[in-house]
Amino acid sequence: MYNYLFDGSFEGLLTAVYDYFALRHQQAILQTDATFHTDLFTPTHRVITNEANAERVWEGLQKKVGRSKSYGLFTVYLSEDPIAHRHLFNYIVLVFQKGAEVTFDYRHDDVLQVENFAKKVNRERHRMKAFVRFSSTPTGLYTAVVKPDFNILPLIKDHFQNRYADQPWLIFDVKRHYGLYYDLEKVDTVMPSNPSNHSDINVGELFNDDEYTTYWKTYFKNTNISARKNLKLHRQHVPRRYWKYLPEKADSL
Amino acid sequence: MNDRVVEKLAILADAAKYDVSCASSGSKRKNTNKGLGNTGAGICHSYTEDGRCVSLLKILLTNYCIYDCAFCISRKSNDVKRAAFTVEEVVSLTINFYRRNYIEGLFLSSGIFKNADYTMERMLRIVKKLRLEENFNGYIHLKTIPGASEELITEAGLYADRMSINLELPTEEGLKSLAPEKSHEDVKRELGWVRAKTLEFADERKVIKRAPAFVPAGQSTQIVVGATPETDLDILYTAHTYYQNYALKRVYYSGYIPVNEDSRMPALGSNPPIIRENRLYQSDWLIRFYGFDVKELVTPTFPNLDTAIDPKLSWALRNPHFFPVDVNTAPYEAILRVPGIGLRSAKKIISARRFGKLHSWQLNKLGLAFNRAQYFMRYADSPIQLGEKDPQVIREVILDGQRKNKNNFPSLQLSLF
Repeated sequence: MYNYLFDGSFEGLLTAVYDYFALRHQQAILQTDATFHTDLFTPTHRVITNEANAERVWEGLQKKVGRSKSYGLFTVYLSEDPIAHRHLFNYIVLVFQKGAEVTFDYRHDDVLQVENFAKKVNRERHRMKAFVRFSSTPTGLYTAVVKPDFNILPLIKDHFQNRYADQPWLIFDVKRHYGLYYDLEKVDTVMPSNPSNHSDINVGELFNDDEYTTYWKTYFKNTNISARKNLKLHRQHVPRRYWKYLPEKADSL
Repeated sequence: MNDRVVEKLAILADAAKYDVSCASSGSKRKNTNKGLGNTGAGICHSYTEDGRCVSLLKILLTNYCIYDCAFCISRKSNDVKRAAFTVEEVVSLTINFYRRNYIEGLFLSSGIFKNADYTMERMLRIVKKLRLEENFNGYIHLKTIPGASEELITEAGLYADRMSINLELPTEEGLKSLAPEKSHEDVKRELGWVRAKTLEFADERKVIKRAPAFVPAGQSTQIVVGATPETDLDILYTAHTYYQNYALKRVYYSGYIPVNEDSRMPALGSNPPIIRENRLYQSDWLIRFYGFDVKELVTPTFPNLDTAIDPKLSWALRNPHFFPVDVNTAPYEAILRVPGIGLRSAKKIISARRFGKLHSWQLNKLGLAFNRAQYFMRYADSPIQLGEKDPQVIREVILDGQRKNKNNFPSLQLSLF
């Protein structure tokens, strides 16, 4: 039994899988420095992220379970949850040991948990397709601020690029201090050079109410049927933590 | 900001909201030539305080109407504020809402002013302007106007993703009593035109791959529930007939909310039949996805669904001979019939059992409602049971469990005021 310490990156996680087989270890628990507690009896192996080895594992994985399932595994990584990462590591090891068949064995805890995390991240991805609210700014750029539970920007990039092909836009994740910027040609990842004071990207400037914000609020209010009022169901669908970034709900906070 | 537009929006959104259809999936329109929008994602962008999804800009072109349907808020004899959008107003609201990611597209309905064709022609102009001038590839749901010409309706089908026309009431007699100018025959005729054209285009696509799409998300209709005394059997049989004859994608059930004083219908201020509406949707799902036949859910001796328990559990209690189902050996179709097991968990069971017999602790983690399902299934470590439990007893035990677990108790979904 070994404690595997990795740097928290996806390549690091894949390198850990590589090391596990290269070193012929029997059992390993994946941890990061942040979650690691030293214990006297378990030896520690520090995983040094290696792009070539990570790539080999990733290609092998794609060959075993197919492209779409491996993409699903990447989404589990984006949960940023140490427990998910641990299950994901075990899961990938299991696939190499037992073959792709094992991904259908829901009796196995790692298989089930990976599936559950994938579902959670996927829900958040879908939510952000819904809850992004663009402001139309004077420069012609459409801007939106989001604060998703998981790091889902990479998962919604194609959707927004395909849909809003004729308008430049910026979607900024305030929790992770980076954004996606579309300039009518391609989508780039943008980062404020100094995350602590947003010197490049002023989040306040990303909000801009205009007449259509008012029309939207009017529409939202009047399409409601008050005889069917059901706030519990309402909050279930639109949890309070998202309201701040939704013009139709922000006033209710 | 234009105050007149705000006022029109308030009136014409308010008048359109009793049409409950909100679907925006089922069509795969691509964004061509770097234009605006696409369809297929089926996104609910927001939810109103009643818990209903907001996915389309759902408005009437106008609430002026020459008809006097007793269940409709916009009936001719009602003293309500009237308004009408211009073609340009609807187009710019749709485009600008869409650009801000507020909506998936437009749901356009209308009161009938002057005559059916005049109204339909205006609606068609909006849809054509969106598609041809604005290069808009988002979702468009178009209501067709009863009595409009075949020419206008089939032309609209070239631009809309979905078209619909409402049956309103489950039976012709019900409709005739409250809306003498309307008839189910009009509905059938228009659904039939669109259906025939859809088949024609499908044939054409077999030969010419790039033949234009025609109503790619199909047709739907709506039935108002609880305005007139029809039974659930009447409603579900009617829905079934229309699903079969016109290949409808959806039938929507809309619990009647009294909007007019009328002695033939529930009084103003009475609660909409929300639980009954929910049971109808559950039945509709059982028929479309779970392999149930409408005749199994309602029968002449059991014409109304049980409001206290869901229709699947209700069916199970009426058919004890079907159970218990052994999840380790039974076919998928049988597992789907176990109360507490849904499509996802049934698939997981089928998938997992290839690797070994399933025990209770494993089933518990697969996402099924074990407490409910346990009375209807067998698994590797099922407790040995002498004789079968009385369905009446099971019903009481399950209902008791629901009362304790208040989160699941349906009546809590009703508002207190």
